[in-house]
Amino acid sequence: MMASSYNAKEDGHVTVPGGGTIQNKKPDNTAFKQQRLPAWQPILTAGTVLPAFFVIGLIFIPIGIGLYVTSNNIKEFEIDYTGTDMSSPCFNCSQSFSWNSTRPCTCALPFSLEQPFESNVFMYYGLSNFYQNHRRYVKSRDDSQLNGDTTSLMNPSKECEPYARNEKMPIAPCGAIANSMFNDTLDLYYIDPNGTRIQIPLMKKGIAWWTDKHVKFRNPGGNPNLTSAFQGTTKPINWRKPVYELDTDAENNGFINEDFIVWMRTAALPTFRKLYRIIQKKNNMTPTLPRGNYTLEVTYNYPVRSFEGRKRVILSTISWMGGKNPFLGIAYITVGSVCFFLGVVLLIIHHKYGSRNNTADIPN
Amino acid sequence: MDFSVLRNLISRYCAGEEYWVDSRTVYIGHKEPPPAAEAYIPQRYPDNRIVSSKYTLWNFIPKNLFEQFRRIANFYFLLIFLVQLIIDTPTSPVTSGLPLFFVITVTAIKQGYEDWLRHKADCSINECPVDMVQQGTVVRTQSSKLRVGDVVMVREDETFPCDLILLSSSRGDGTCYVTTTSLDGESSHKTYYAVPDTMAFKTEQEVDSLHATIECEQPQPDLYKFVGRINIYKEREDPIARPLGAENLLLRGATLKNTGHIYAVAIYTGMDTKMALNYQSKSQKRSAVEKSMNAFLIVYLCILISKAVINTVLKYAWQWSADRDEPWYNHRTEIDRERHVVIRAFTDFLAFMVLFNYIIPVSMYVTVEMQKFLGSYFIAWDKDMYDEELGVGAQVNTSDLNEELGQVEYVFTDKTGTLTENNMEFIECCVDGHVYIPHAICNGQILSAASSIDMIDSSPGGYRREHEDLFFRALCLCHTVQAKEEETVDSIKRGIHLGKPTSFYISSSPDEVALVEGMKRLGYTYLRLKDSHMEILNKDDEIERFELLHVLNFDSVRRRMSVIVKSSSGEYLLFCKGADTSIFPRVVSGKVEQVRARVEQNAVEGLRTLCVAYRSLSPAEYEEACHQLSDAKLALKDREQRLAQAYDLIERDFTLLGATAVEDRLQEKAADTIESLQKAGMKVWVLTGDKMETAAATCYASKLFRRSTQILELTKKRTEEQSLHDVLFDLSRTVLRQRSLSGLSVECQDYGLIIDGATLSAVLKPSPESSGSGNYREIFLEICRNCSAVLCCRMAPLQKAQIVKLIKASKEHPITLAIGDGANDVSMILEAHVGIGIMGKEGRQAARNSDYAIPKFKHLKKMLLVHGHFYYIRIAELVQYFFYKNVCFIFPQFLYQFFCGFSQQPLYDTAYLTLYNISFTSLPILLYSLIEKHISIEMLKRDPTLYKDVAKNALLRWPVFLYWTCLGLFNACIFFFGAYFLFDNTTFTSNGQLMTTNTQMMFGNWTFGTLVFTVLVFTVTLKLALDTHHWTWINHFVIWGSLLFYVIFSLLWGGIIWPFLNYQRMYYVFMQMLSSGPAWLGIILLIAISLLPDVVKKVLCRTLWPTATERAQSNRSCLTVELSTIFVLTQSDSRLSF
Repeated sequence: MMASSYNAKEDGHVTVPGGGTIQNKKPDNTAFKQQRLPAWQPILTAGTVLPAFFVIGLIFIPIGIGLYVTSNNIKEFEIDYTGTDMSSPCFNCSQSFSWNSTRPCTCALPFSLEQPFESNVFMYYGLSNFYQNHRRYVKSRDDSQLNGDTTSLMNPSKECEPYARNEKMPIAPCGAIANSMFNDTLDLYYIDPNGTRIQIPLMKKGIAWWTDKHVKFRNPGGNPNLTSAFQGTTKPINWRKPVYELDTDAENNGFINEDFIVWMRTAALPTFRKLYRIIQKKNNMTPTLPRGNYTLEVTYNYPVRSFEGRKRVILSTISWMGGKNPFLGIAYITVGSVCFFLGVVLLIIHHKYGSRNNTADIPN
Repeated sequence: MDFSVLRNLISRYCAGEEYWVDSRTVYIGHKEPPPAAEAYIPQRYPDNRIVSSKYTLWNFIPKNLFEQFRRIANFYFLLIFLVQLIIDTPTSPVTSGLPLFFVITVTAIKQGYEDWLRHKADCSINECPVDMVQQGTVVRTQSSKLRVGDVVMVREDETFPCDLILLSSSRGDGTCYVTTTSLDGESSHKTYYAVPDTMAFKTEQEVDSLHATIECEQPQPDLYKFVGRINIYKEREDPIARPLGAENLLLRGATLKNTGHIYAVAIYTGMDTKMALNYQSKSQKRSAVEKSMNAFLIVYLCILISKAVINTVLKYAWQWSADRDEPWYNHRTEIDRERHVVIRAFTDFLAFMVLFNYIIPVSMYVTVEMQKFLGSYFIAWDKDMYDEELGVGAQVNTSDLNEELGQVEYVFTDKTGTLTENNMEFIECCVDGHVYIPHAICNGQILSAASSIDMIDSSPGGYRREHEDLFFRALCLCHTVQAKEEETVDSIKRGIHLGKPTSFYISSSPDEVALVEGMKRLGYTYLRLKDSHMEILNKDDEIERFELLHVLNFDSVRRRMSVIVKSSSGEYLLFCKGADTSIFPRVVSGKVEQVRARVEQNAVEGLRTLCVAYRSLSPAEYEEACHQLSDAKLALKDREQRLAQAYDLIERDFTLLGATAVEDRLQEKAADTIESLQKAGMKVWVLTGDKMETAAATCYASKLFRRSTQILELTKKRTEEQSLHDVLFDLSRTVLRQRSLSGLSVECQDYGLIIDGATLSAVLKPSPESSGSGNYREIFLEICRNCSAVLCCRMAPLQKAQIVKLIKASKEHPITLAIGDGANDVSMILEAHVGIGIMGKEGRQAARNSDYAIPKFKHLKKMLLVHGHFYYIRIAELVQYFFYKNVCFIFPQFLYQFFCGFSQQPLYDTAYLTLYNISFTSLPILLYSLIEKHISIEMLKRDPTLYKDVAKNALLRWPVFLYWTCLGLFNACIFFFGAYFLFDNTTFTSNGQLMTTNTQMMFGNWTFGTLVFTVLVFTVTLKLALDTHHWTWINHFVIWGSLLFYVIFSLLWGGIIWPFLNYQRMYYVFMQMLSSGPAWLGIILLIAISLLPDVVKKVLCRTLWPTATERAQSNRSCLTVELSTIFVLTQSDSRLSF
């Protein structure tokens, strides 16, 4: 019923008087026309597949073990600072949140590391139950505005609605994504065994994709003075300060602020982490984060209670294969073992039945 | 979704109101008849413009678009596109608009080009010059300006510009010769006649003086039927009425031959001509594959709708709380908020539909069409199906049924010309039981094998002598053979081979030629028909002349023909020849018993027999017969019926003269072909008009029946003894008993059934008690089902179609194939699922009406066993694969909705959504479906049982479909959850600065989608690679090429900031993904997991439960050596022969 026949029908009467024109030509004896092109004709039999299974097994299992070991060597520490529990230091902040409050609410979370973090440490913030992948949210941005286009700066795309204009003034950067940018400030202090608090230097550059920072995101105009470049626009409703005051460093301000760029890459799933800061290894002698006590100081600006979200901070080292990733290693080991097992099963089957088939064929 | 029923209803309703004229009156030369005759009703006819084109420049775009969107599939995609335009949908309208636009444009261009060709052809035809007679002079005008009633002059080798009634010819005897090659492919010259009253006209002036009208039926497409009447008005006389028949009607498209010029009057012009009416398309046949495809589509449509419904419901359940619906970070716009919730829900439903609509891909239709269209070329290209002798190869008239060739369960074949050569050889004749055997010469060539005993037992006696004379004269006179003297024949010089300039014979029936030639060898030579006198050169070299008065033409219902002649002595004689069953009941005297015995003996030997009888008419009887005939011939209405009645009255009280026997040899390799077809599980039925004994002998010779076959007879002879009821029950008991026994014994007795036309119609006839008829039918079918071969003899053409219909409608709904070569097979060819025509000697009618035409019966073997098998597995894989790859494609998108708050967020980028079916995965499957050969051609030919592996739509049954769908779902889950765990559980990161530092970056939702999509494209393509058994360079090129294309496209698509797009979401996403080690490892792992179950299933099935095909494939390795030696041998062989 639906399989329409497109046009074969019309082919019938291309030539009018001749009707069925008789082909008097003998067909060409070419390999293609006679369907005799030389070909490789593989058959998937137990015999041919067997070695492949063993080989896959033999390759996958070591890879899996390697991945698993590497992943296990990665140190990761996670702390939840949402403050839903009464006992949590951030409880007060989370309860008394209002967008208009001028006084920032801060809270400090003590924690201790059992093991030293040897190499560079990456500091992430994690949100859960936050639907950055909601369709209305994902499309609520204007890429040409972010690319420094001045017309888009003044006339944000309608995709940004209802975050395109605030009291007739165009919002820069427009859209729901920018509007809801994560604005908690996280500071990390090491508590020396003798009690002094040492602030750990956090690097805020180099956390975004190089291409994003240098090509995709650009500040409007060639104007080095960002304040005048953003003249005539207004800050997103939920922001405390305009976009040209995100950072003091000119290389990290405006649209090319890396925290902003990281936030603008919408996460795939409602539970996600985003890179916040990098703690660079100072020298080979001392670990980046020695074991001991730490304090995480949070300037609590970002409300998640209304949608039952959670906020976390994650400290993690990395390896050649990225962060902690037990899944890949386990999956590789599993698949490798399954292949190996199937190989054995096939070997048995091949020996038992393969010969039977061959003899059965002879009468044919 | 079938509009035809509706259309029928409408047209039936409309037709009731329409005024329909049964006949048309044509005024020759536009001259009004004398007022006394009848009222002058001017009728409007179309002009002689041939319009085969469908469009004009103005209406091309609207009409073509309308035509295209009438197809449900296109309409569906248009609807999706419109929905995308109207509501706020997740994917841009481009994703469905672009493919649709592509398909529509390509189709429109193709149709436009074809229409342009048609326009050109129309133009050249419409503008070709025509000589018209006006006011006594010849005027040259354009063909398109001809009107009904115009008198036209046509010269030799010119083509008739419209359907004409012959008025006079330069030959003087009112005849002209015509070849209708371009109409029906028959190359013989046919004679057409002018009405005696007009044939004397020699000049334009004379023609112009003619005052006459022609009454004829309204145009109808049958080329061989015409009824009309000409009324000639002379001054002060009553009009003379003469009958007009098909022998007076010159058809448009035919060419005048061997005649200087003719005058004729146009009666059907333009689109009314029989040629134009014949170009109307035939009823559309649909293949079983198409039916399963439609069923699958409906399943997928249901899946699509239920997916959308589920998601819509879940969406509203999930966002019940306002914090989920509109969290602070993600507010709706004011307009959206003001909308009513029902409208919002409906919009959401539509949006989900749009998001998931790719599950029914537009490209599938295009691919299937292309596969069928391109694939059908392999049949026409096949040199094994090319016949050197005829110089033709196989011909494909429709490409819609290619795969049906691999599904045939019942083969209905004609006997004469299909199983047999239709190359007749006169064997013997018998006069009153005395047998004469001539020198065995056939069609002018001496056959050395045959015996050369001349006239055994030729002791003439008085009475016998007289009968003998009559017999030979009867055979010399009672035929429609034309004698061609070699000087009248331009190119063909067959007659000269014999040394002396003799004539040779041309007829549409090879039997007649064989008989006339046989007579010639027995001493009676038919010379020519001259001035309606037939001339015979008798044994004593004297020329005898008989005036030919009437020819009572042969037809397959009467199964006989007669002539009425007047001998030089003034005697009226009626000679009749025909099938024994139609002659014997009409015989009143003669040695019936002896002749019958001889006829039966000959029939058993497989010879075609005819009986000859005569009747001498008194002048009074002749007058009466004449009257009856002309009455019937003049009738405009029911002429056929009245003629049959008249024939029935005239052809009686015969005196039997004797019988003839003609041999029709089996076609080369007919037996081998039938054997192969039977081995392949097909039931072969022979449907023939021949008599039982002859047909049975042919069946034995062609190995349809074997010596071990137990023959069940269901013939008139038996039903005369017992009642039909008893016979049927008897037979079914025999068959069923055997079946219950065969459960125990391995050796199965096979049965052959012989049924004749009379019994068949009794079986099919609805009996008075309503329960009985259904029963007979059922019992008959039950018997047939258990017989390996069935022979139906004495069949009328319509009965052939009835049988096919009966089997088609039986409860298994088997796929039927009908093959035949003659006009009498057309009904069966049109009725069967697949109709195959043989380009034989009886014209090309069958070939024209068939779906495929082949030169010889033996080609059927390759056609079915090789081409059919290939087409079937190709299209089956194509259909299943298409559904599979779209499940893989869309199901992750469905799963993603559970993780994005049912917000219709697409998982993949727009470009990927659009191009997935168009370019990333389209070519490999198309090429697979064109050139896949899972097993070699030789193997398929050698082992016909392999055909059983694909019988009964084996690869498109529900379990197989379910397997593919489950595999698709499994793969989709692997893709999605694999990526999910990689993203969710871990910090899935990459080196942002491309190999420079190891700064760790986060991946977003587009990377997630791209990862899934990359795994998807690779898995789906590799799955096809696993299914490919025949890796030619084309497969390699296309499979690896499209993967490479995907990678290159993705690099390019993400490589630059695209200036005219308002989003840059894919910028560097693909490259960032590839720069991450875990992404590579993840992709490889997911591909491996996805392909693993299918590989395991394949290997296990092949090892534990191998099909015949798979065994043959495994055996191939041992055979290749053997084959290569054969190849070398044939190579050297062919070299020697050159």
